[in-house]
Amino acid sequence: MILATSFLQDQSFLDVLYIVAFGLFIQGLRGLSGPTTAVRGNRIAAVGMGIAVLATLLNRFEGNWGLIVLGVVLGTAVGVPAARQVKMTAMPQMVALFNGVGGGAVFLISWSEFRLTHGYSNTATYIAIFSLFAAIVGSVSFWGSNIAFGKLQEIIPGRPISFGSAQQVVNLVLLILAVAAGVDIAAGDHSQAIFIGLLVCSALLGNAVVLPIGGADMPVVISLLNAFTGLSAAATGIALDNTALIVAGMIVGASGTILTNLMATAMNRSIPAIVAGGFGGGGAVEGASGAGEHAGTVRSTSAADAAIQLAYASRVVIVPGYGMAVAQAQHAVRELTKELEARQVEVSYAIHPVAGRMPGHMNVLLAEADVPYDQLKEMDDANPEFQRTDVSLVIGANDVTNPAAKNTPSSPIYGMPILEVADSRSVIVIKRSMNPGFAGIENELYFDPKTAMLFGDAKSAVSEITAELAHI
Amino acid sequence: MILASTLTTNLAILVLAGFIGFVVISKVPNTLHTPLMSGTNAIHGIVLLGGLLIVGASGNGVFNKIILVIAIAFGTINVVGGFLVTDRMLEMFKSKPKAQDENQPTGGSGKEGGGTP
Repeated sequence: MILATSFLQDQSFLDVLYIVAFGLFIQGLRGLSGPTTAVRGNRIAAVGMGIAVLATLLNRFEGNWGLIVLGVVLGTAVGVPAARQVKMTAMPQMVALFNGVGGGAVFLISWSEFRLTHGYSNTATYIAIFSLFAAIVGSVSFWGSNIAFGKLQEIIPGRPISFGSAQQVVNLVLLILAVAAGVDIAAGDHSQAIFIGLLVCSALLGNAVVLPIGGADMPVVISLLNAFTGLSAAATGIALDNTALIVAGMIVGASGTILTNLMATAMNRSIPAIVAGGFGGGGAVEGASGAGEHAGTVRSTSAADAAIQLAYASRVVIVPGYGMAVAQAQHAVRELTKELEARQVEVSYAIHPVAGRMPGHMNVLLAEADVPYDQLKEMDDANPEFQRTDVSLVIGANDVTNPAAKNTPSSPIYGMPILEVADSRSVIVIKRSMNPGFAGIENELYFDPKTAMLFGDAKSAVSEITAELAHI
Repeated sequence: MILASTLTTNLAILVLAGFIGFVVISKVPNTLHTPLMSGTNAIHGIVLLGGLLIVGASGNGVFNKIILVIAIAFGTINVVGGFLVTDRMLEMFKSKPKAQDENQPTGGSGKEGGGTP
């Protein structure tokens, strides 16, 4: 009747081990709530995973060890070097990739289940339903994550790619087709062609949903896909009657949902709006007219002047963004900070929740560069401090500092909480050019009389300032 | 009868796990969101178990064996890679506060001039 139970040796022993395993997952995740307990938390969760795998292996009737060893060795051979060698700046795409293979595993398992049971014949309908749900969501997650990886790795352009106004219709049709195929199979159709059709529609849907999403919306997309894979794993767990899968999958589903919500709130956008596609043409047009009004009032500065400004400040706030990640400037930034601190300048970092390409992206980079944890300020703590800040140093951040989000109701980003750097006494912006950010919106901040622009690559610009400081 | 009770039990577990997930994760600070994501990411690699279970069932044809090996490999990448990369990230977060003073995690020990209001 239920696939899983038919070949397990001792169900209650297995269950106990599974309970231990998910207990460890929960305990491990609790550890992740603070920087000092987090390492241990992650290891506790890993031990839980080890126990769950061991329990599964212990309780099998048949051999096929060769296949298992082959799969595990292949996976380890790919996963370990990837995890060891990935640069911290490339972390978002690594997470997207790991998430994608998880989704891939989910839909492949559903497919093999379908084939093994000859189209869910002699299987309870609910098992078929959960397995089919896992197949659809797993496939969407697999393809969506791969596209996200491609965009982050810049194999695919980060710009939104879409069918324009037809996009929503296309997505909806694909979703309906996939669900219809699922309903057909659950109702008793054993045809594998229909199942493959379901997988193809979900695959196209995964592509169609993520392709139109712009690079800066990636934090939301990655956490959403993470939630998807978790939910599909939980569905697989119900189909296989495996409690460890249900609990672990659902916890991930819940956490992914929370994160997705937090990210969307931090951008003042709804999840459906983000999934429905990036900022449309309207935003770009608006940006263009904005540029006309302001043109010609940008003040540019040199590394030497910026160094003087920073050296004589008593309080400096650094606002990092994706530009810092792209230029891998985190170590250079840390050097600059040390140099300033040696001159009794108080330095802290203000971090917007969606700065970078995944939640907490900036924090990881700065931690890599040994920036003390307590110097990293979250948006709500950082904002009141800007008024008593002498210099805000914006490094490769754009939209998250744009005052239009507060002042211009017609702006596409109006209402998005921002870091209020315009409140500080002066602002230095390090930026490669005057090109607007991904949203195509001009940043009023750059035209503010107290703002000076330092054009250049974040890493070399910061290093130049540090070098100039030595001469002061 | 038995089927129904298995389903309801599992649904109960599903719902409770969802609530636990919400409660546990709500406490994680912004700073740790990336490790949290990659950690939970590793945990959903538990689908690996599904592959292990089905590959042991009798009646798998050659094609099924191939896709199951791929599924197991994918699951392993997800689990092993996910936990390792999370560990690497978290080590970086840990090193600094530890190096200063564990009793004062906010330790502005002298370096910042002590004038922090």
